[in-house]
Amino acid sequence: MSHEKEDKKMYNKGEVITGIVIFLIIFTFPFWYNMGKATPVPEPVLTEKAKAAVECVEPKAYMKTEHMQVLDSWRSSVVRNTNRIYINKSGNKEFEMSLSNGCLDCHSNKAEFCDKCHTYASVSPYCWDCHIDNPKEK
Amino acid sequence: MENSRRNFLKIAGISALGLTTTPVLDAFAVDIDTLLVKPIDAAPKENALTAKRWGMVIDTRKIKSEHDLEPMIAACNKIHNIPVLENKRHEIKWIWEEEFKHAFPTLEHEFVNERIEHLPFLVLCNQCKDAPCVRACPTKATFKREDGIVMMDFHRCIGCRFCMAACPYGSRNFNFRDPRPFIKETNKKFPTRMKGVVEKCNFCAERLAVGLQPACVEASNGIMIFGDLENPESQVRHLLKTNYTIRRKVALGTGPSIYYIV
Amino acid sequence: MLELALKGSKKYYGWIAVLLTIIGIGVGCYLWQLSFGLGLTGMSRDVSWGFYIAQFTFLVGVAASAVMLVLPYYLHHYKAFGKITILGEFLAVSAVSMCLLFIIADLGQPMRALNVILYPTPNSILFWDMIVLNGYLFLNIIIGWQVLQGERNGVAPPKWVKILIYISIPWAVSIHTVTAFLYCGLPGRGFWLTAILAPRFLASAFAAGPAFLILLCLLVRKLTKFDPGKEPIQTLAKIVTYGILLNVFFLLCEVFVVFYSKIPEHMDHMTYLYAGLHGHGVLVPWMWASVALMVISIILLINPATRKKEGILMIACICVFCGTWIDKGLGMISGGFVPSPLHHITEYVPSMPEIAITLGVYAVGFLVLTILYKIATTVKEQLQGV
Repeated sequence: MSHEKEDKKMYNKGEVITGIVIFLIIFTFPFWYNMGKATPVPEPVLTEKAKAAVECVEPKAYMKTEHMQVLDSWRSSVVRNTNRIYINKSGNKEFEMSLSNGCLDCHSNKAEFCDKCHTYASVSPYCWDCHIDNPKEK
Repeated sequence: MENSRRNFLKIAGISALGLTTTPVLDAFAVDIDTLLVKPIDAAPKENALTAKRWGMVIDTRKIKSEHDLEPMIAACNKIHNIPVLENKRHEIKWIWEEEFKHAFPTLEHEFVNERIEHLPFLVLCNQCKDAPCVRACPTKATFKREDGIVMMDFHRCIGCRFCMAACPYGSRNFNFRDPRPFIKETNKKFPTRMKGVVEKCNFCAERLAVGLQPACVEASNGIMIFGDLENPESQVRHLLKTNYTIRRKVALGTGPSIYYIV
Repeated sequence: MLELALKGSKKYYGWIAVLLTIIGIGVGCYLWQLSFGLGLTGMSRDVSWGFYIAQFTFLVGVAASAVMLVLPYYLHHYKAFGKITILGEFLAVSAVSMCLLFIIADLGQPMRALNVILYPTPNSILFWDMIVLNGYLFLNIIIGWQVLQGERNGVAPPKWVKILIYISIPWAVSIHTVTAFLYCGLPGRGFWLTAILAPRFLASAFAAGPAFLILLCLLVRKLTKFDPGKEPIQTLAKIVTYGILLNVFFLLCEVFVVFYSKIPEHMDHMTYLYAGLHGHGVLVPWMWASVALMVISIILLINPATRKKEGILMIACICVFCGTWIDKGLGMISGGFVPSPLHHITEYVPSMPEIAITLGVYAVGFLVLTILYKIATTVKEQLQGV
């Protein structure tokens, strides 16, 4: 029962192995390119005004995970349905729906608040292409 | 062997399709615009101005020269962050001045009265009752609001410029490049726009929502009157009853909401 | 069957390399356009559609012309076209791909293109255009592939392909009608607001498409061992003749309506194109060149003696293609936008980056065409036993 060497021959060995190596290099790019650049989980900084308000539009945990959906609903409501007042889920507070003049009114420190997490998560929302990101500055 | 594997895959595919039918059909029972967005509890501001159909009357008898038009144009440009682009091909203008023969090409003739011939006319989006741009837009990024305003949803616009081809009045503008470097003084209360979207006069919807008149009307010193065309008691309706007015390209059936007393 | 496109002569690889280079330059310019904005093109507030949409409009016509092979063969059993319907279907795939790429290249916010599907708007013709173009693309890919594969394996294609083929016939007419409806329903653009726009589009499509197909058949005969045959080429030539005659006739109808009624607003657009208006006339030499090319092609095609000589036929087809391209690709768009609805004149000339991106998209189309034709002709060659 001796096997002929031809049965176990790998066709195009050179090209296939080269291809696999190149594939692995490209596939693992994010790992070795960012070696040594690990940063700790960011802590966004609250302004005095934000701290004084105690609670945001919705509870912190909800805002953390859903703020994009909230903003999405807000823009649909303001632009398409002419409604500018938001009644929060617990029904006890009303807010004027505006990114630059509402959210950023309290959280006027975008670089220390919004950007801290966005940069860490490598997210660049294009809201700021249009919406003013420094409403309090002159 | 081959056949039954093929049959298995066919049945699997049809089952998967069948399982998704019900949720998809359920979803389509809802208006597609709200399907993709979380529903929220919202209301208009108490002092918001409302109407069934906003319209405007411009009394051209009160206009003596183009200087009378400058405050209106400047007010709009300032609060809406209108960029000033040197390249005329890329210019953005929500409200501007045109000669009679350009504003009313269908009324132009060789014996036009001298005052009218040299009078600077203020032109802006006509907020048409039956707007061809709304008909043309493939994403409803331009849409007719309940109060009659033809609104732009900059978030949804894909920049196809079909609305610009459809507009019979040349009221629409496209951001051929990023407008921010060309804005002289930014109004922090209003967003700028980004490159690649279409924009036009929005009848100051953001001011109406907080109980203010449009900026051009406020700055016009009585030349422009704004009101609800569907309200027989409104000032605009009164002016239309007592004065002869013309509108641009009426024969096209678009139903423009801007009336000019000549 | 795709592997058939991987092996070819040195000329084949050279051609692919040239196409990839042009595509590379196009992609580079497109990235520039993405970051700068559409201000990189020659378009303006008054002329808001330009070269990209013009090419899309022209190529929809070329794509529709596949029906000129499919209809006679499948509905009327005209056997001579049997060998080359695949060439028509693959040309349609290449042309529609280019159409879709041109539309994407023209969008101000291409990353939002899916909004047309997420927010369906049946009152917008662009919505229907998206549906018919994509539908036609898939129809032709599936039909072409199935028929070719069947031929290669010596069996008839599955029965459901026949149904798709029958659907593709009115669908081909619909893609160009819907594209014409984009233009002819706009109340503010008098130049386009004519009932004859859709028929004119179809006439010029059935002239330009089959003309290009004839050129491709002659090329295929020269470069491969597959010979489409003399008869199909002659029949196509007759179709081109009627197509270009109708196109010129429709153009003359438009000229009559405009200049006999003497409505100034309507005359202005034609005058701008063919004589210049208020000192602006950058397109005038082009429009007259188009007329000359179309007339020359008619003279060459109407006379059977010249039509039957394939060398002259080739020249006639080039004239038809170039003449209709100028007419639809340059004249129609600018004519609609100039003068503007306020009677201002802003001329449009494409910019260099715009032309580079256009050539890049054409190169993609030619790449698709090359690969598909390589597969089709290789299969046919293998069947011939060569």
